[in-house]
Amino acid sequence: MHLLKLESVSRDFDVSRPWLNRVIEREPRRILRAVDRVSFEVSKGETLALVGESGCGKSTVARLIAGLYAPSEGRIEFLGRRLQMIFQDPYASLNPRWRVRKIIAEPMMFLDGGKPIGELLVQVGLSPDDAERYPHEFSGGQRQRISIARALAGEPELLICDEPTSALDVSVQAQILNLMADLQERLGLTYLFISHNLAVVSLVADRVGVMYLGRIVELAPAAQLFAKPRHPYTRMLLDALPDLGMTGKSRTPVAGEVPNPLAPPAGCPFHPRCPHANDRCRVETPKFLNGVACHAVDEGRI
Amino acid sequence: MILEVKDLTVQFPTRRAVLTAVDSISFSIAPGEVLGVVGESGAGKSITGLAIIGLLEPPGRIAAGEVRLEGQRIDHLRHEEMRRIRGRKIGVIFQDPLTSLNPLYTIGQQLEETILTHLPLNKAQARERALSLLREVGIPAPEARYGAYPHHFSGGMRQRVVIALALAAEPRLLIADEPTTALDVSIQAQIIALIKRLAGERGAAVMLITHDMGVIAETAQRVAVMYAGRVVEIGPVRDVIHSPQHPYTVGLMGSIPRLGSQAKRLVQIDGAMPRLNAIPPGCAFNPRCPRRFERCVAERPHLLSAGTSRAACWLHASS
Repeated sequence: MHLLKLESVSRDFDVSRPWLNRVIEREPRRILRAVDRVSFEVSKGETLALVGESGCGKSTVARLIAGLYAPSEGRIEFLGRRLQMIFQDPYASLNPRWRVRKIIAEPMMFLDGGKPIGELLVQVGLSPDDAERYPHEFSGGQRQRISIARALAGEPELLICDEPTSALDVSVQAQILNLMADLQERLGLTYLFISHNLAVVSLVADRVGVMYLGRIVELAPAAQLFAKPRHPYTRMLLDALPDLGMTGKSRTPVAGEVPNPLAPPAGCPFHPRCPHANDRCRVETPKFLNGVACHAVDEGRI
Repeated sequence: MILEVKDLTVQFPTRRAVLTAVDSISFSIAPGEVLGVVGESGAGKSITGLAIIGLLEPPGRIAAGEVRLEGQRIDHLRHEEMRRIRGRKIGVIFQDPLTSLNPLYTIGQQLEETILTHLPLNKAQARERALSLLREVGIPAPEARYGAYPHHFSGGMRQRVVIALALAAEPRLLIADEPTTALDVSIQAQIIALIKRLAGERGAAVMLITHDMGVIAETAQRVAVMYAGRVVEIGPVRDVIHSPQHPYTVGLMGSIPRLGSQAKRLVQIDGAMPRLNAIPPGCAFNPRCPRRFERCVAERPHLLSAGTSRAACWLHASS
């Protein structure tokens, strides 16, 4: 049974210049499609990860689900009662003028009662005394624990985690990822995990969606995606990862860069960088079929 | 040796106390060698880099030790002398390419200016050299982009321009402080390949400062691991990754998520790195160390031979 379902969700942003400039300089409106017909489901208790490079639309998807943006098209269905979000920057996401007690209690105004603050702090590995302190007294990792405690205070079914460990050092990242795994097991939480780090995603995710220029190009169970990536972009991302095992494999740099999303290429958005692109890829946008959006895979060429 | 750092200590005197950000560290880099410097934020890796190039922000100062570039001491030079050496003999790449580029000048002007300052060339030759540098760092159609401003470029392309600037005067030493951290993985791989090729081809020494062990594994021959202002382990990259000798390095390596690993949990070092005003006596890592014994609390370990590496840990003291 799914807890969250997106059906062909798109989001456009109007990035046109002001009206007067457009009239005088005869410029058309400029629309940026940040998310383009994205569909997926998240089941209760699982972790779905969205990965992609900067500007691929993964954070916009998170904000659409959280209701911070309204979808331009499509439908978002959430069957739970509450969801919470954890943000990347634990320095920007906690009010510096509030004590931790007040920060954590904020989501509780939508509940009758709620858990004691001390208990929530202990749950994320902090001490009950920390409730009387201010955010600046904590390190980055501890602040992210406070963010998690705040999210849990709202008793959510779904936690949307937007790059929750990207601003942290690796040893602190390990602490937070372990904590998140423990909490999921204990509380039966469902995670939507947004990250650009494939190694982190391979650790936490049950299923992974790979995004490129606002679309999901491949969606598969994590084990399958990392063992047998199908879309050429997924393959390139995996090849580009630094190899810590130093098996002697030299890393294949991905050619080129992500195109300007204001003027996405015709056909498959990945075709200018794709070694398998042919004439069809240059004109026809591939449909998302059986977990992947690629003509070459569909035709059995790769 | 191109760069030799001996017992370098950097301190920041404050009203309350003197904070030691870099505590008596020593290392050297040979021609054509890439030395990786890895550590978590606050470990002192960037301060070490800034101290070497003489760009410490006051009140920070080199309190002890020496820095030698091709045998010549450069740690006590005056501003003007140091400025001539920076750019001519030392190239620098910072994390954010926009801090190194002037938004008001075209990239062509910036490259030409750097070349003319440091090399005995005329304007036409400088332009020729600037174009060939841009070509070398992989900027397509450099003639067409010569008159472009930094904001016309993407992040990856800007970092290429910064690398071209750093290389403009054929420096002997290249200091790269988190050169790929602000970039996407696909661009990261391109920049790393570039730095590696340049070190190999030009025989420059490279000090690569990063928190990303994966980048070091691919680029460096040796790595120095820093913790609380000290080098805790230094050795060949392969050995430090596969058989780390210091308990901190062991924990650090275990806490890095890896593709294809079956484990669902990461190795975890509890606690956090101490703040500069609260570095414990003895070994700085002792409060978090699973293998601590009496000597660790009482006496600070120096770098001891441990296999092919050296580690600052009393476990390696020969009894």
